Amino acid sequence: MNFFLHPLTMVTFSPLIGVLVLLFINREQKNAIRWVALTTSLVTFGISLWVFAQFDASNPDLQLVIRLPWIQVSSWLIEYHMAVDGLSILLILLTTLLTPISILSTWTAIEERVKDFMIFFLLLEVGMVGVFLSQDLFLFYIFWEFTLVPMYFLIGIWGGPNRIYAAIKFFLYTMAGSILMLLAILWLGIQQGTFNVPDLVAMGGIPADIQLWLFIAFAAAFAIKVPMWPLHSWLPDAHVEAPTAGSVILAGVLLKLGTYGFLRFNIPLFPDAAVRAAPVIAVLAVIGILYGAMVSFAQKDVKKLVAYSSVSHLGFVMLGLFALNSQGVQGAILQMVNHGLSTGALFLLVGMIYERRHTRDMDAFGGLWKVMPVYGLITLIVSLSSMGLPGLNGFVGEFTILLGAWGAGNPGGILGSYWFAGLAALGVILAAIYILYMFQKLFLGPLTKDENRNLKDLNWREVVTLVPLLVLIFWIGLYPAPFFGVMAPAVEKVVAVFQTVAVAGLP
Amino acid sequence: MAPETLVWLIPVPPLLAFFLIVLFTNRSKWLSHTIAVLAALLSFAGSMWVFVQALQNEHLGESPIESIINWLPLGESWFQIGVLIDPLSAVTLFFVAWTVLMIFIYSVGYHNFGQPQGDHDVPGLPPHGASVVDEQGHKHRVLSIEPLYSRFFAFISLFAFGMYLLVVSNNLLTMFVGWEIMGLCSYLLIGFWFAKPSARAAAIKAFMTTRIGDVFMLLGIAFLYSATGTLNFRDILYNENVLLVLGETPSGFLGLSVAGLIGLLLFIGTVGKSAQFPLHVWLPDAMEGPTPVSAMIHAATMVSAGVYAILRMFPLITADFHGHEFTPLMIIIGTIGAFTALFASTIAVAQNDIKRVLAYSTISQLGYMVAAVGIGAYVAAAFHLVTHAFFKALLFLSSGSVIHGMEHGVLHTDNHHLDPQNMFNMGGLRKKMPVTFWTFLIGGFSLAGFPLVTAGFWSKDEILTDAFLHAPLVFWTLAGAALLTAFYTMRQITLTFLGEPRTPEAEHAHETPWTMILPLVVLSVFAIGFGWVGVPGGFPVLGHRLPEWFQEFVGETLLVAPELPAFNWIPLLASILVSIGGLSLGWLLYRNVKAGQSDPLQNALGSLYRVLQNKYYFDEIYQFLFVKPSIWISDVLVSEIIDRGIIDGFLHFLAYISGVIGNFFRNAIDNPVINGIGDFVGETTKRIGFAMRVIQTGKIQQYMVISLVIIFGALVYFISSVGLP
Repeated sequence: MNFFLHPLTMVTFSPLIGVLVLLFINREQKNAIRWVALTTSLVTFGISLWVFAQFDASNPDLQLVIRLPWIQVSSWLIEYHMAVDGLSILLILLTTLLTPISILSTWTAIEERVKDFMIFFLLLEVGMVGVFLSQDLFLFYIFWEFTLVPMYFLIGIWGGPNRIYAAIKFFLYTMAGSILMLLAILWLGIQQGTFNVPDLVAMGGIPADIQLWLFIAFAAAFAIKVPMWPLHSWLPDAHVEAPTAGSVILAGVLLKLGTYGFLRFNIPLFPDAAVRAAPVIAVLAVIGILYGAMVSFAQKDVKKLVAYSSVSHLGFVMLGLFALNSQGVQGAILQMVNHGLSTGALFLLVGMIYERRHTRDMDAFGGLWKVMPVYGLITLIVSLSSMGLPGLNGFVGEFTILLGAWGAGNPGGILGSYWFAGLAALGVILAAIYILYMFQKLFLGPLTKDENRNLKDLNWREVVTLVPLLVLIFWIGLYPAPFFGVMAPAVEKVVAVFQTVAVAGLP
Repeated sequence: MAPETLVWLIPVPPLLAFFLIVLFTNRSKWLSHTIAVLAALLSFAGSMWVFVQALQNEHLGESPIESIINWLPLGESWFQIGVLIDPLSAVTLFFVAWTVLMIFIYSVGYHNFGQPQGDHDVPGLPPHGASVVDEQGHKHRVLSIEPLYSRFFAFISLFAFGMYLLVVSNNLLTMFVGWEIMGLCSYLLIGFWFAKPSARAAAIKAFMTTRIGDVFMLLGIAFLYSATGTLNFRDILYNENVLLVLGETPSGFLGLSVAGLIGLLLFIGTVGKSAQFPLHVWLPDAMEGPTPVSAMIHAATMVSAGVYAILRMFPLITADFHGHEFTPLMIIIGTIGAFTALFASTIAVAQNDIKRVLAYSTISQLGYMVAAVGIGAYVAAAFHLVTHAFFKALLFLSSGSVIHGMEHGVLHTDNHHLDPQNMFNMGGLRKKMPVTFWTFLIGGFSLAGFPLVTAGFWSKDEILTDAFLHAPLVFWTLAGAALLTAFYTMRQITLTFLGEPRTPEAEHAHETPWTMILPLVVLSVFAIGFGWVGVPGGFPVLGHRLPEWFQEFVGETLLVAPELPAFNWIPLLASILVSIGGLSLGWLLYRNVKAGQSDPLQNALGSLYRVLQNKYYFDEIYQFLFVKPSIWISDVLVSEIIDRGIIDGFLHFLAYISGVIGNFFRNAIDNPVINGIGDFVGETTKRIGFAMRVIQTGKIQQYMVISLVIIFGALVYFISSVGLP
């Protein structure tokens, strides 16, 4: 199919059209700029739905493949190779959904350099979608690094008081990990003669000890992005300093680039190494779950609390992935989506109160439920989703992950001990503690501060930004079958490869 | 309509009511309560219809009403959910439907529907009363309507949904969903008056404590799924082979079988939800909520759900029990149950708040049921679950009526410092509130197991008989608890209703409106009558004259119907003795308490009384052992020391080292060497240029001379190098 008209090309690069239009708009016409950006991102979302309509959920393989030669360096061919499958489709939809929502949230929050902001934002979307779609390692790496730049500026220009520190920490940290991955990509390209991911997976045959090194090199990049304990320390700074929309995308999508990377590259490319590494990763994941929850509880700043809770939630995702069975991996993918929805919504909510009060210190609030009942109710629902209350989305993900982790914990299983699931479940209790603690600090108790007495409840624009997320929170919680249905065949294919390895590795 | 379809629909109306009220009708108080009560009525009607269908099915145990749908695809198979009505869920549905409906109706009156808005009432605090001026121009203080009236009905509807969902579930997953929704509702409703710091603290305590149990339960569910590949009750619990395998496989933990370990994990969920020792601490604080909520939590829904869950899992718990030696798990369950029963009843003896006494009595009665499960008395536990739900709902609603009447008195005297829930401020209310007095008396006597007439007698007697025959130690513990129960019940009745009013507020107490009275009367009927459907066949005179229906019906739930204990005189006499003895003792000790007089028990027990009154200091101990250390660990150890100190510190150290190395390169290599060379080159060029300047004179003639000299020189060089001949 024609390069420009291919759905995957369109969904990836359509934001560039918006960027082009924005270049020609006077920077003083802020509303025009906002509308252009919003419209562009909505069109992109529409295109992603169109992609979804063409997607065949029952097919476990890559679909809508586009493969064109791009750069030829002696015998190595770098291709423009994109495709979608059950592992990535939901994440693409999540990305294209969160972008317009984030843009809408900046309507009154961003007043400085609106034009630059929107351009960076749309560029960021190109990078994120590109990462999820690339099937050529080199192309993937380019998109991967590309996401760093707009985010660096989003934090560095529109961030909080400590933004420069946060932006540099974010950039350097992620960059450092990526370098190792680049080396591994080069090694693969030179030794195996191709950068084509499906071919590499089909080829296999990398000796086990080399697999382990490559696994570690890829993992270095992804683990920082996830972030896995103890590589998480860029995250709270970046999240807290970033403007609301930046935090939403950072938590909602950018972190998923890491977990997605593990699922797309580490696990299928280096299956032997994945089995060997699984217990180690699971240990780090469990530490992350408990650690993130405990640090969250200690925070006084709401945004920091939410930021650290990501460490905990992403720990669940990693545990599910490295249970290496269908329940675990399906739960992990769903939990990636869930985390994008709930934590994204939480950041939006924090942003809304920050716009009103210009503080995020929990001690500055209390009793808000009386003055802002709608805000209180929505925050309650989102909080409950985040702490995994049955009937809402978080529970379905956590539950399937626990099933997977427990199954992998059977004697002789990949993880080999029930303790992983057991301790992870402790994280569920801790989540309830810090979330309810936050809710009670903000909303319950007597209304003591005068500044809070006349706070306005949410306006229509704010409610509109939240409604899509709420709908999905309930939908996934009550009837997750369609979401699992989309990914099940593809996941089955990934883990099927696995179980043979695992069983062969048994004594 | 097919019964299966109807079962699906039973939980739906309250859920719809919840959303309708939250989204649309929350501004209209009348509309909101109408929707909620109507929804409860619909669920009630559906439940009764299903119950009648269930009664007509003679083999309900073997072929229950069941319906299944695919819910989520897991790998190549589907995870299925569905509904199930077997004898156990049928009787549970029966009492849940009745109590829930009564509580809904009662709530209308309790929250003062029809009364004016309060003068200074704010959302999040209980109403404080309003002033009205009557036709003669007299000012009166009257009760005022709850400011968040609609919200209350929304939450309580969701609560009812959770319980209905739990009861009709055919699998552990949806049951757990209902279970957790109730946990949430308890949080929302205990903290209903959220502006009160004590309510806020109680709400979070209730949710957290029960959630600790829930998480273990969740692990039990995961374990069960990975062991059997299903969570469907029938597939696991009505399947001999599955039970046999689970019962015979050792788990390698505490000598438990796999069935035992799964059972233990699930049982911890019950310990949390049904407030058994050591997770009992949340329940008394839960009294912070409005009284209908207390009734909801303590009778109709939440705590009953805990016992219902272990009754459900009974085949699993007893998978490796063959009728002789108790399994380790059964010993654990029996011990915790019996201990809780006695332990909580000792605390109840020294409480002065009318609702707190009932709270501890709930814990104690739940202990009976848990202990019964532990000794394998399946039917007796289920029987007590039902009768307890009726008489405890009745007691709570009656106590709410008492408090309501007292608040009337408080408005009259305008003395807001008086605690309307303290029983020592009451007395003589039987004349002021005659209906409430009688209903409370019926509920109290049923709780105390007053012989023959009350429902509580029959169910409690059944547990005692079973315990006497199989586990004497449990029997004596429970008998002791029964004595205390009768004693504190009579203490409560005497202090509240008998004698003369001890305060002017009690003097001016007033009977409550019909919306509150009606539910009390209805529940009284069950608090007496429900015992008569389960009279043991061997009972003297009455046996076989009254039906033994309950035992036969519920026993069917199990694969092998349990053997009923033979009649024995000793437990019967003990049961009668402790009941009558405790009641008399309570009356004798408290009948003459005067205003301002301290508790007669205080003198008798001395410092032990203080310990009891402070609930053995469990809150303080937990605070010291768990809460404070946890806060320290997360605030100081993990957050300060590890996260900001070590991890971030290490990063900053790396950055610092990079800085040092960079500076070193700059000062030791870059500046002297590289810059040095660069500077040297530049400097030298400059000097050369400077030196050459002398020849840059700008005069053409001089340039010509220089050019000529160079050309000549080059020529000479060229010729000499070519080497001309």
